This record gives sequence, C-alpha cells and structure tokens, in this order.
Amino acid sequence: MFEFVGERFRQILFASWQHFSLVAQCLILATIIAVVLATLVYKNKSLSSLANGVSAIGLTVPSFAAIGLLIAPFGFGVTPAVIVVTFFAALPIVRNAIVGLAGISPSIVESARGIGMSRFRTLVTIELPMAWPVILSGIRVSAQMVMGVAAVAAYALGPGLGGFIFSGLSRLGGAKAFDSVLVGVIGVVILAFILDLILIGIGRLTTPRGIRV
Amino acid sequence: MSESSDAITGASILLDQVTKQYPGQAKPAVGGLTLEIPAGSIVMFVGPSGCGKTTTLKMINRLIEPSSGKIVINGEDVTKMDGDTLRRRIGYVIQAGGLFPHMTVAANIAIVPKMLGWNKEKISARVDELLELVSLDPAIYRDRYPKELSGGQQQRVGVARALAADPPVLLMDEPFGAVDPITRQRLQDELLNIQAEVQKTIVMVTHDFDEAVKLGNWIAVFDEGAQLVQYDSPERILANPANEFVENFIGSGAGLKQLTLTRVNEVDLVDAITALPGELASDVLSRLQGSGQQQAVVLDSRRRPVRRLSRRQLSRLQIIDDTVDDSMPLVSDQSTLNDALDTMLVSSSETAVVTGRRDVFRGLINVQTIMEAISQANSAATADSDAPVGLNSGAIPALAVENAIAADSSGEANGQAEPQSTGESR
Repeated sequence: MFEFVGERFRQILFASWQHFSLVAQCLILATIIAVVLATLVYKNKSLSSLANGVSAIGLTVPSFAAIGLLIAPFGFGVTPAVIVVTFFAALPIVRNAIVGLAGISPSIVESARGIGMSRFRTLVTIELPMAWPVILSGIRVSAQMVMGVAAVAAYALGPGLGGFIFSGLSRLGGAKAFDSVLVGVIGVVILAFILDLILIGIGRLTTPRGIRV
Repeated sequence: MSESSDAITGASILLDQVTKQYPGQAKPAVGGLTLEIPAGSIVMFVGPSGCGKTTTLKMINRLIEPSSGKIVINGEDVTKMDGDTLRRRIGYVIQAGGLFPHMTVAANIAIVPKMLGWNKEKISARVDELLELVSLDPAIYRDRYPKELSGGQQQRVGVARALAADPPVLLMDEPFGAVDPITRQRLQDELLNIQAEVQKTIVMVTHDFDEAVKLGNWIAVFDEGAQLVQYDSPERILANPANEFVENFIGSGAGLKQLTLTRVNEVDLVDAITALPGELASDVLSRLQGSGQQQAVVLDSRRRPVRRLSRRQLSRLQIIDDTVDDSMPLVSDQSTLNDALDTMLVSSSETAVVTGRRDVFRGLINVQTIMEAISQANSAATADSDAPVGLNSGAIPALAVENAIAADSSGEANGQAEPQSTGESR
C-alpha cells in the first residue's frame, strides 16, 4: 500500500487535484443553475412541487447509468463527466433553495417592496442572502454526494481518482489491484472531508451574524 | 438631532374614486373611495378587520395597484408613475418594523438613501441623526443586528428607516401592534415627539380606537368594503358618533375616552421639591416640610428624575445617593391623561412624575388634576368644522353624502381647500 502510494505519489496528487477541481467547478455551476431555477419556481406552488418531484426522481437515477447514457451523444472525456456531476449536484441545491426562499416571511418581502426595492433588487439583496444558509447546507450535501459521482465519471475516461478505482477493479486479483482501488476510495473520502471543511469556512464567512443560528 | 422647525414637510394626499376589485370577488375590497389627507397631519384608519383599511393604505404607495381611480400626492398624479420610484419617496413601516435580519441597524436605515445614490459620509451622518431622533444611542446600536434588539427598539429602527430619505409621507400599518402596552405607550409618545419635529403626513392603520384618538389629527372609520362611515377629528367623533356602527366601535366608555384626548402637557403640573445626589438629606427634608409635600424627587446631573424619597426615607438618610428606582411612576408630557392615570393606578400612587424632551423633569401630575380635566373636557364645545373630505361613490350610504355635503359647503364658506369632485355623486 505505502509502496504503491510512494511509487505513484505525483500521479495520485495530480488525480486528486483533478478530482477536486472537477467537483468544485461543477458545484459552482450547479449552484448557479439551481438558484436560478429555484427563483423561477418558488413563488408558484405547483411549479415548486414539480421541481421538488423532479429532484427526488433525479436522485434515484444511478449515476453509473447516467454516464453510460451520455457517452453516446458526447463521447468519452470531460464533457459527460461535467454534465453528470453538475446534474446530480444541482438536485439537492434546488430543493434547499426553494425551501429557503419560500421560508422567508412575506412581511420582510413586503417591507422591502414597500420602501421602493424592485422585484429583482429584493431577490438579490434580501431574499437570496436570507436563504443563503439553507442553500449552503444543500451545497454541502451535494458536495459529499458528487465526490462519489465524480469517481464514477472515470468510466467515461473523465478526470480524477475514479481512474484508480476502475483500473484496480478491472484487474482485481492482479498485482496491486486492491491497493489501487483503496487509494481511489480513501482519496475520495479525504477530498470530501477537505471540501466540507472549506464549505463550512465559506458558511462562516458569508453568513451575517444577524441570521446565524 | 436636527433643529426643530414648525415648517410642514409633509405632502397632501388625495384618493380620487379609488376602487380595488379582486378578480373572482363579487364585492370590491375598496369601493370608490374619495379621501383627502391634509399635509402635515396624522390620519388614522380604523375599522374591523377585513374592512379594507390596509388595502387602502397600500394603494397609497401602490403596493396594491388600484383597479380604478386616481392617487394624487402634492398635486401630482402618481397613479401611472413607476411604483418603485414612488415608494422610495414614501416611508413605510409595518408591524415589528419589518427589519432585514441579515443587515445591521445602520445598513437597514441606509437602504433607501443608498438606492437614491447618496454618498457614504452623508448616509452615515444621516443614520446617526435618525438613531438620535428615535432615542437610540448610535454608538451602541449602529452595528447591532435586529435580533439583538427588543421589540420596541426594532420598531424604532423601523421608523428611522422609513424616515431615512426624508419622505413627505409616512405610511404605517399597525406599527405598534406587536409590542407590550407599556412599550406601545412610549412609542406612541415618541412618534408624537418626532412628528412635532418633522411634520410629515402620516397615515396609520390601527384596530385600536384609543390609539387612533391619541395619535390622530383626523380619524377615518371604515366599514366593510372600505365604506367610510365617519371622517372627522377625534373630539367630534367621540362627542358625535355618526351612527350606531361608530358608537359600537368607540365602545361604551366614550366619556372616559375624553381622557385620551387631553395630554399631560395641556394640564397644570404641580411643582415638586427636587434634590440632587450628594445633598444633605436633612436640608432636603426641611425644604420638604416647608412646602407641605410628602415626597422629594431626586434628579441626576442632566435633570432626569431617578427616584422619589418620602419624608421618612429622608430622615433615615445622611446624604442623598444616586440609586435609580425603576418602579417610579413616570409619564412623558406627550402622554394622554389616560396613560397617566393608568401609570398611577399600576404603581398605586396619587401622583406621577412628568418628563419632557430628553427625559428632563417637568413636574408632578396628580389625580385631582386629571379629574378636573375630565369635567372640563366634557363641557368644552367642539364647534369648528374644517374636516377634510372623504366619501365613497357608488353605493353611497345616505350619511356619507350628508357629511360630504356638509363638509363641502363649509369648505366653500370658509374659502378653504377645494372641495373634491366626486363624479356621479355631485
């Protein structure tokens, strides 16, 4: 095991970095998509429940199958990996964003409108900042989940630690195959832990004292 | 704090045949309401819940768009202008202040000036000025968050925020509904003090008739569908309720409500023997005995009352210390006699200590003074008749028409404000 890590240390570091970078970038993209989607639907009850339903069903789709399906139109490489990771990352964020935005007291929104804030300004300066802690907890759930999804993306020759897992699994029983799988799995767990710490830090920095629990 | 001035900075408001009809409802929420709100006065909307008074209020700043009719502020028709621009020129206060929890007190107050593009120095100076105006120390409260304030303090910040850009009109939707009675009384007194300084046009919705009588220059009593039942001064509504509906709304104690009409600063206060911390108790005692009074009032260095001492307490003391007694009955000179009597009853005391601006000691008020004021108020005639115009078109109750005609003719007779055209009803 240590021998395996020692031999391929630079390679592991590079794959870890790529894995992390894929997840982080997809998470940002997913957050933007999810928040935009949530702001479009949260005022409307039936649209909100439709979005929540889609998000619930979406989470039941096996990520492995999803990536397999995407290979046909997009081929191998980064594109299908990004699509799948972003898709799965967006699901929990959409739900939380809708809950967060809908949970803001109507009197707050009314008082914002009452002192002359436009609909858009109210959304950007009042509603989204107030919903932010809830959205961020959705992002944290997403981050944990898509760390694993990103590993599966290696099946489509995407970047990241998934390569160690797949190459190990395909030669199981062979020399150092198990070590390879183990390195992939432990790497993913460590990365997930680091990302969560970072997100907690972001939460501390971006949540005003007035709405901290 | 800004210099006080007598100049009216408020604007007149005219609702001209304003109707709000919600789709799918047979009756309009507000039906053809014509209402004149004079500049610089406080107009109270009262009525049972669901009568359309809040809808009417929100149509003034077009949070709710009227289905038909015109809204004219200071002679300018604002019915078609951009709603957000309009609302930046009108202060708006709701229950519990409606503060944004993720912003500090200063940031909350600075919102409208920021939208209007003021520079930073001007904004921060204005924030401090407003906090002073609502009796909150800027150094302590500027950087706090709303959840770190009491209900009354949040309400004060809400008022400060509404006044931030010095709007001519202030709309308040049951602003003091969510605070305890003592805080409410204090906030009402403060609002009157602030109004004496800023002279805005204030329109306030309330369900509390006592509050309406205490704060209002004019009271509009609404029935369902925002049908205006009576629109007149508090004195005349109390003395002369238009019909049974108003009578019921006023409640049975109309005679006692006269107490709400008179303020502490309108009656003669009793002088008191005052003492400062550090004085010899025996000196104060001999002054007290000379005057025939029972208690001396201890003031602090800024002449604010801190406690009262009886003869017996004085005889036990050597030197007067600066202990503060929180249970001392204390009323502001803006309080009503009703508030003062209430305070005395709560503390089982025959007298209450009266304070003026910035809590400076003014004198004492006692039960006899209040009793005399009641009998005076009951006999005083309220003859003047310059009530602003208000009525509904369409299904007009005969009474409203009579009132309108009376108000119209008196307006013409006095050569005062133009009587407002009401379309089909004239």
